[in-house]
Amino acid sequence: MKLLIKNGRIFDGKSATSRISDILIEDGIIVEIENEIESTGCEIIDAKEMYVLPGLVDAHCHLREPGFEYKEDIESGTRSAAKGGFTSIACMPNTNPVLDNEAMIMYIINKAKTDGIVNVYPIGAVTKGLKGEELSEIGEIKFAGAVALSDDGRPVNNSALMKKAMQYASMFDITIISHCEDLDLVDEGLMNEGYYSSILGLKGNPAPAEEVMIARDLILAEYTKATVHIAHVSTELGVDLIRNAKRRGVNVTAETCPHYFSLTEKACEGFNTNAKVNPPLRTQKDVEAIIEGLKDGTIDIISTDHAPHHIDEKNVEFKLAANGMVGFETAFPLAITYLVKPGHLTVEELVNKMCVNPSKMLGLNKGTIEIGKSADILIFDINEQYTVDTSTFESKSKNSPFDGFKLYGQPQYTIVNGNPIVREKVLL
Amino acid sequence: MNLKSKDLLGLRDISAEEIQYILETAKTMKYIVTSNNKKTAHLQGKSIITLFYENSTRTRLSFELASKYMGASAANISASSSSVSKGETLIDTGNTINMMGSDVVIIRHPMSGAPHLLAKNIKASVINAGDGMNEHPTQALLDMFTILEKKGTIKGLKIAIIGDILHSRVARSNIWGLTKLGAEVSISGPATLIPRDIDKLGVKVYSTVQEAILDADVVMGLRIQLERQKKGLFPTIREYSRFFGIDDKRLKLAKEDALVLHPGPVNRGVELASSVIDGEQSFINEQVTNGVAIRMALLYLLTRRGTNNEVTN
Ligand SMILES: [Zn+2]
Ligand SMILES: [Zn+2]
Repeated sequence: MKLLIKNGRIFDGKSATSRISDILIEDGIIVEIENEIESTGCEIIDAKEMYVLPGLVDAHCHLREPGFEYKEDIESGTRSAAKGGFTSIACMPNTNPVLDNEAMIMYIINKAKTDGIVNVYPIGAVTKGLKGEELSEIGEIKFAGAVALSDDGRPVNNSALMKKAMQYASMFDITIISHCEDLDLVDEGLMNEGYYSSILGLKGNPAPAEEVMIARDLILAEYTKATVHIAHVSTELGVDLIRNAKRRGVNVTAETCPHYFSLTEKACEGFNTNAKVNPPLRTQKDVEAIIEGLKDGTIDIISTDHAPHHIDEKNVEFKLAANGMVGFETAFPLAITYLVKPGHLTVEELVNKMCVNPSKMLGLNKGTIEIGKSADILIFDINEQYTVDTSTFESKSKNSPFDGFKLYGQPQYTIVNGNPIVREKVLL
Repeated sequence: MNLKSKDLLGLRDISAEEIQYILETAKTMKYIVTSNNKKTAHLQGKSIITLFYENSTRTRLSFELASKYMGASAANISASSSSVSKGETLIDTGNTINMMGSDVVIIRHPMSGAPHLLAKNIKASVINAGDGMNEHPTQALLDMFTILEKKGTIKGLKIAIIGDILHSRVARSNIWGLTKLGAEVSISGPATLIPRDIDKLGVKVYSTVQEAILDADVVMGLRIQLERQKKGLFPTIREYSRFFGIDDKRLKLAKEDALVLHPGPVNRGVELASSVIDGEQSFINEQVTNGVAIRMALLYLLTRRGTNNEVTN
């Protein structure tokens, strides 16, 4: 089977600039990248006036299977990912049962082979049952195929245990993804502590709750020389702490999510539970600092933290509502609209944040367009605007505060292993 | 004039004109409450339900009397006896009430925003009788009514609100209402109980009670929940009353004819000294009467809009 992509502007994730070129794919492998490829008997995609990028790689999502299939499962989750231009995704272990042992890691890998339409890589738990008490079998988990470790959803609260986790994990050359949150400082806070929490009468979750824990993990990473990845950075001081740690030579990478550069705490107005997320949406000043961190390289990665929840878990009192929003189908358009269009990042820099760097952090052989590599590709038209309609999401859940937003950058084609599974914006 | 929304969820969402109109209407209602014949037909044929997820005998009684004085049929659901304990959601409960044809649902709920959720999901008018730390608009309206009665105006007055502002829905509603009507609001209390960025609402935050009270026309104490001490929000009750309590000496800093208000029930000797509570400047008892008048006015205004269950927002 042959596929020819004609006349697209290619950012391959390797070169410094783009070029208009053709790409020939045979049996799922990229075999030729040339100015004019003549070929017969193959499917042709005309990518004229469009960008051709490596398929997006998500370092942080929740697929909810096993245990919470009413919110999402591997099938619906990977369909949602494909619709959003993602060809490889790493899923968090806070399922039921938790992905804290070899068998569960194998389960996800095998289930993804049958049900998934994009590449799925499981992340294993740092501690057994995410309880923060004992280390999980980190070595076995790694050799079973886990690409990173995280207790995401919860911090590893005990600092001594976190230090041991870092020491032990670095033996196996696997990164710990840290969900930074000092639970005592959160103190049942429901949204960012600030003007809006004050006027809405909702208990505040102060920025220091995140920052104190970021600082702790940076200190421990420096001390243990382990590799740490800070998940979903949302505050100005958080960015500053990471910038400083990088200067000191700490092995740290960091991610933020689209909602932290496109929304502020104001989105919670009217007790909008779709804007309830953890860490909470912050202030305009934080948004600007996040963008600055993306620009200067402090923040390496944009991940989705795709967190689907059933409508019954959101259509309740703000205090009772679950944290999180669905992310796959708006992540790339939000990045294009809020980062590339206003000139904060170039498309090439975005390719680094959403393809190259996440792939490196997870140790995957993905995130670039290269001869001999499997053909995972995203094609989009940067000038076409569309209106987000959450009811059309492929995800089982629709909990998004972006309904009705006018965005750019909706994927036209998503190609996984040479198969165009999204064609002209339609998922097959 | 009509109220714009089908609901009264807070004083944040309504205009100064609407607030004035409610206060004006309450004048007539107060006449009824204080007269010998407390029976009118304003709410004849209307069904009013109080839905209380939190105990408050005072507020509930005040609403129930207001309904009954005006001829409505009123019923009460309290959380312990309702389906809440059986896992029914707020929206389920709201729907059930809705289907039974109630015109107004008065809700008290421990979580901020609960009345807003209910209002979005049912046809009946919703009155917020206190939601979490958010708002308690009828309490603020009765405070404002009391001030208006004694001072003739709210505009230009200095009003000091002292105590646990952070957890106080009464304080929030008063801040919205009083600033809308042109009062200068000053607040003070333990720094741990002052909401972040509250000064952005145009109130002045003082670190000492003395400064906040100085030359005030109204001094409003707030109820302090004694269990906040255990959460480390202030060290002891003793220290609280020493630094933040209002006694005769502190009250003297206010204008000579300053009013003392408190949403009640007061912790005697903590927020207010007994001599202040029982003193000549205290209108705490009058507030209770005015509460019924305000609630009558609101029920009348909300049920008067359009036909029974018309949704106009
Ligand atoms: Zn997390
Ligand atoms: Zn997460």
